[in-house]
Amino acid sequence: MAGHFSALSLLRQATGGHRRWTAQWRDAAPAADYDVVIVGGGGHGLAAAYYLAKEHGVHRVAVLEKGWIGGGNTGRNTTIIRSNYLWDESAALYDHALKLWEGLSREINYNVMFSPRGVMMLAHTQHDVQVFQRHIHANRQNGVDNEWLTPREAQRFCPPLSIASDSRYPVLGAALQRRGGTARHDAVAWGYARAASERGVDIIQNCAVTGIRRGPDGAVQGVETTRGFIAARKIGVSAAGATSTVMQMAAVRMPLESYPLQALVSEPVKPVMPCVVMSNTVHAYISQSDKGELVIGSGTDQYVSYSQRGGLQAVAHAVEAVCELFPTFSRLRMMRSWAGTVDVTPDRSPIIGTTPVPGLFVNAGWGTGGFKATPGSGHVFAWTIARGTPHPIAAPFSLDRFRTGRLIDEAAAAAVAH
Amino acid sequence: MTGAFRVPRRGIDGSRREVRFSFNGRLFTGLAGDTLASALLANGVHLMGRSFKYHRARGVLTAGSAEPNALVSIDRGAGRVTPNVRATMQEIYDGLRATSQNHFPSLHFDLGSAADLLSPLIPAGFYYKTFMWPRMAWRMLYEPAIRRMAGLGVAPTAADPDRYAMRHAHCDVLVVGGGPAGLAAALAAAESGESVILCDENARLGGAILAEPATSSMGAAMAGWLERTLTDLVSRRNVRLLTRTTAFGIYGQNAVALAERRTDHLPPEAAHGSRERLWQIRARRIVIAAGAQEQPLVFPGNDRPGVMLAGAARTYLNQFDVLPGRRPLVVTADDSAYALAKELIAAGARPAAVVDLRPDACPMLAKDISACGVAVFTGGMVLGVKGAHRVRGARVADANGRVRKVNCDAIFMSGGWAPSLSLVSQASGQIVWSEEANTYLPGALPKDIRCAGACAAAGSLQDAIDQGTSAGFWAGRVRRAEPPSQTAPEARLSPASGGPLVSPVTRQVSGLRGKAFIDFQNDVTAKDVQLAIREGFHSIEHIKRYTTTGMATDQGRTSNLNALSIASDTLGLPVPQVGLTTFRPPYTPVTFGVLANFARDGDLDPVRKAPMHDWAVGQGAVFEDVGMWRRARYFPRAGESMRTAVARECLATRRSAGVYDASTLGKIEVVGPDAAEFLNRMYTGSWSKLAVGRCKYGVMLREDGFIFDDGVIGRMAADRFHVTTTTSGAARVLAHMEDYLQTEFPDLRVWLTSTTEQWAVIAVNGPKSRDIVGAVVDGLDLSNEAFPHMSVAEARMLDTPIRLFRVSFTGELGFEVNVPSALATVAWQAVMEAGAAHDLCPYGTETMHVLRAEKGYIIIGQDTDGTVTPEDAGLGWAVGKTKPDFVGLRSLQRPDIVDSHRKQLVGLLPTDPNLVLEEGAQLVEEEMIGEPGSSLGHVTSSYWSGLLGRSFALGLVESGRQRKGQVLLATTSRGFAPVRIEAPSFYDQGGERLNG
Amino acid sequence: MLLIDCPHCGPRAEPEFQYGGEAHIARPGDPSALSDEAWATHLFFRSNSRGLHAERWRHSHGCGRYFNAVRDTVTDRFACTYPTGTPRPDIADKPGETR
Repeated sequence: MAGHFSALSLLRQATGGHRRWTAQWRDAAPAADYDVVIVGGGGHGLAAAYYLAKEHGVHRVAVLEKGWIGGGNTGRNTTIIRSNYLWDESAALYDHALKLWEGLSREINYNVMFSPRGVMMLAHTQHDVQVFQRHIHANRQNGVDNEWLTPREAQRFCPPLSIASDSRYPVLGAALQRRGGTARHDAVAWGYARAASERGVDIIQNCAVTGIRRGPDGAVQGVETTRGFIAARKIGVSAAGATSTVMQMAAVRMPLESYPLQALVSEPVKPVMPCVVMSNTVHAYISQSDKGELVIGSGTDQYVSYSQRGGLQAVAHAVEAVCELFPTFSRLRMMRSWAGTVDVTPDRSPIIGTTPVPGLFVNAGWGTGGFKATPGSGHVFAWTIARGTPHPIAAPFSLDRFRTGRLIDEAAAAAVAH
Repeated sequence: MTGAFRVPRRGIDGSRREVRFSFNGRLFTGLAGDTLASALLANGVHLMGRSFKYHRARGVLTAGSAEPNALVSIDRGAGRVTPNVRATMQEIYDGLRATSQNHFPSLHFDLGSAADLLSPLIPAGFYYKTFMWPRMAWRMLYEPAIRRMAGLGVAPTAADPDRYAMRHAHCDVLVVGGGPAGLAAALAAAESGESVILCDENARLGGAILAEPATSSMGAAMAGWLERTLTDLVSRRNVRLLTRTTAFGIYGQNAVALAERRTDHLPPEAAHGSRERLWQIRARRIVIAAGAQEQPLVFPGNDRPGVMLAGAARTYLNQFDVLPGRRPLVVTADDSAYALAKELIAAGARPAAVVDLRPDACPMLAKDISACGVAVFTGGMVLGVKGAHRVRGARVADANGRVRKVNCDAIFMSGGWAPSLSLVSQASGQIVWSEEANTYLPGALPKDIRCAGACAAAGSLQDAIDQGTSAGFWAGRVRRAEPPSQTAPEARLSPASGGPLVSPVTRQVSGLRGKAFIDFQNDVTAKDVQLAIREGFHSIEHIKRYTTTGMATDQGRTSNLNALSIASDTLGLPVPQVGLTTFRPPYTPVTFGVLANFARDGDLDPVRKAPMHDWAVGQGAVFEDVGMWRRARYFPRAGESMRTAVARECLATRRSAGVYDASTLGKIEVVGPDAAEFLNRMYTGSWSKLAVGRCKYGVMLREDGFIFDDGVIGRMAADRFHVTTTTSGAARVLAHMEDYLQTEFPDLRVWLTSTTEQWAVIAVNGPKSRDIVGAVVDGLDLSNEAFPHMSVAEARMLDTPIRLFRVSFTGELGFEVNVPSALATVAWQAVMEAGAAHDLCPYGTETMHVLRAEKGYIIIGQDTDGTVTPEDAGLGWAVGKTKPDFVGLRSLQRPDIVDSHRKQLVGLLPTDPNLVLEEGAQLVEEEMIGEPGSSLGHVTSSYWSGLLGRSFALGLVESGRQRKGQVLLATTSRGFAPVRIEAPSFYDQGGERLNG
Repeated sequence: MLLIDCPHCGPRAEPEFQYGGEAHIARPGDPSALSDEAWATHLFFRSNSRGLHAERWRHSHGCGRYFNAVRDTVTDRFACTYPTGTPRPDIADKPGETR
């Protein structure tokens, strides 16, 4: 193993031409059986494995990844982190994650570059103002920071922002969560992988799950994979867009649909965007990476798809929105665009918990918001798997809520009308 | 003089005009047709930029769009500064002003290059291993420092004044690439009369032909072919040629996006019309003739200014008449560089040597060059390069390992040519590794796409033409077996000249000192890739992400294959097992401007305006955006604040009369024998028994039981209903109705028509409204007996049929006059005149909000939010209790929906009558303050009421109706304020005024 | 941008259409007779097929009519479109092969 990462270790290695660094995680071959098999080597799955090993004493854990770790939505999102969600249940979950983000680099000894640069959500209509004020009041009541900015204050916080009154949807104000920000997405997967691997977790890449074996009592016995059968007492599925397919192997239907979600980056420029800016009304999500690229998120395409590609119109619409808010960016260029496959629930909140199949657990349905939850999601999912019962924060996000009607609908709460 | 390195005219161009431009403030002269790069090289300037991480001095690597080094900023005046422009693509014009980027204080002396000295400390991924302590230091200290060093150009600081255009086009055949293969394909496809569009990213068509020396017989023959072909293509009406146009992405079924650059090559004063144009083309068939990209060689110092691709040097020499080095060293791993060496000699250069990395290189070629007095080192290698700002020499080893120093002023390298497969991959075409060609080639393609030319591994210009012709015949559905020979036999090239495809030879690098670059812009070296592999990053996607190789502005066009090759060697795996990173759009970067196109300067969305909009503007109304509508919010008089204006409008309406433009409300005409039954199923109420001439309030649910929309529905005839919806709900309500009508209830004979824009609606409210409306509407008895509350009738006004509703959204006697939109302003004027005697007061949405809230009428989307049932909103009375089914009914029976703890609509009175609560304020019990999850609900609507002389609010509160009289605390910006829970109506609860 | 063959109007570009979710999920005749589970399944649970997927589209900026389509969700290629109310055509499901 590579040993501890620090400025000193970097200095020592420099003298040897960096030839003594070793693999950051063991590229393990599957063992015959495990206590827990996590299906899906994204940030959520790797984090769950890490916390299983670290906090629950479960060390015989394998993470199975059909491709390379962090290659799904972990490596395809716009890296926004915030916790200013409206409903108590959501705020508890995402703020749990945000608190873990704040100490994560040191916790796992891997600089994930969490940068609390502030997430500013713009209001363009009276309706937006009402919605964001409601968020601010609700957040404060839940101990989550969120504050109202006037258009001038918003522009001071983000100088390139246009607050011109003659734009199509003038900025009427903004809700700012200062603790929100961004992190380096790939590093989250690698950092958790390294920390989990050090605690004995097997990270098995190029290993696709092809079946879930169940015993006569219905409980899981293990998974069939492209690298043979792997026995497991418990299985945690954390497979994002592929969740429906994996759960179908255990005959569990999910209230999920998978959509393409595109994002893009500009060519790198010198620092110009000091924070994250989001606008629901004109549909833009933008920040600037440490490399200098403007990172821009678009909306999902309208149809179910696993193609990991989408239409130009979704990308163009995101860029239109950015140019509306930042007319000075028009001469910059889109350098790269890509798509992920996001699994979306009917109420656009995740599903974390037990399933009707004994020993089978699921963590899915994060839609467009999964990255920001990574540490919190992994943390409560590990707790849930280890104890066989939902973590209190995860409890409201049960599969059963679709039967009872106790939905946690963040999008509905922002519904436009009049 | 246009530069000391200009050679006598060799290129295809005719006489070339002199053009003056500046670079970093220094004036230069170039020739028309030059790119900025060729013009600077002609003047002996090689240093054009600084790299991303180590701030190393860099010159041009390429002569095309993949250029990773020579990125400059072009200043065309206020708002027209463009960073990161490839000097290799920017055509010069008189007065062009270019500056280099990413350095401080200057290009020649850059303090940032200290990073180069620190490079042993900062290999790939170093930032993941440090900067973690103390916790806030990353955000406050390290990150800002890293950010300042990173980035390339500076983003503009003024809004872009340029315009961008868009065209949609359909064609039978789209040809991507205007080189020999593309042109031949276009010509062949055009023969059948099919419509053909050909695009090329360069200013001139001809591709590789342009790099041929006009002086050679072959070059002359090719030039002749090019001229004939272009003349032919231009004369054909079914062919469109687009230059300076990049096909940057394929989206879905042959939908190809093109960006055409229309003015950046012109002086600002000559640039008219749009700067760029987006073409969205749907092609029946596509011929991809995108060419090939020459690959760099990986040796220490391969990034120094003066080191460039051999093909680029050929282009500068033959197309631009520039000798990019007088004593160049040629380093190659393929045959094509030999032709360059000979051309250099012919142009008067004295090549220092030719180093051929292949031990088995063709001895004939070597002999040919040696005969000219140039040393050839077969099986040799470059060990190092001297000169930081410009190549001064190199250390070269021969096959026996003997090292010698060579003086040279440039190094031209060729690592072989890799087909440009970005569009092939984007179109879901297969990409397969070819052992024979040692590179990736197109494999199985979608049935409506073909590749031709260098991107399909054509070995010579003639091969390219033949492939293009045959692809063109296929695309144009021309029935011909064999392509006719289009060029003179002597023009057939030796395979060497076209460049056989040889993968980059990189095996030499391990063990060498000094930085050997793979990704020039991002400063990724061969050692970085080896380090990544050592640290367990084995997938090429991992290597790319860890080292950032292939993530520069060329998107890996000059780096991916070298990275793959080194990874393959280091891992001991064949290349295909290491993988190939996905090609993603765009092929080359495209401006945000051309993507956003005309959705700018306020045109992001259309603005919908009611027919009376201009009148309201004339009255000085303040407007607000509601969905796409722009609605009058209130009509302030001189010196009035919103609060005083709204209070005045409210009181005027309650005392006498107010008039309000309600035209934006959605209107749907529901017609047919089963119309009532259809509404029974779509709304919670019952409609069968509603008498003709009467109307009723309706609530529409989604199937999940939550309120979707509401509105008043009037029965105009037994089989005809006039349905109204919320303003922004109109379109989705119609779509919702159509969905059920077409797919769930196709047996119902019902037709739906949106009439939102057919009817303008003038709402007159207040005790005097009957007098006013009576004065303008003919043929109707408006007395309470003849036309009671919730009546509707057809009548006439200004000799035109209208529909008159007696409804109220204020709690006062009210009428809504529906007039044909064409008549709206006249009718409005007539109402205003009739109202003059009664001080009729125009009011806007804000006043409407206060009036309806005083009465306790809810607004969907404000007092409800998509999680509210009719029972929650106090609309249980509007649900038909005996109906067997309607959309949403079943969901109302779910366990959590019948739960008694749901939030319910209540009235709220702050203890402090002057405190207007913030909408969205949370309501808590005093003892629960500060407890997460303790909120009982929130304020949905909150206003100052002139009528009540105090503030009031509506809210949703857990078990709210049982809490009447209870005092809760509402959150304020400063703390908490006590509020008392009341019934959600503060005015005329008996309804006398409504029914008066 | 998809090219969608409206059975009533012919092939048109995607922006003319609105996606309508999975097809052939008929609303039960008597929803109140259903258990909470069965109703939740009807409301929320979808096949989310990887491969051929029957789905509804509305030609909202054209004829306005709903129709059904079978599309490969791996390649986004349409196998066929057909009018609402007609059964799903029998097409072998080979994900990714309608290249």
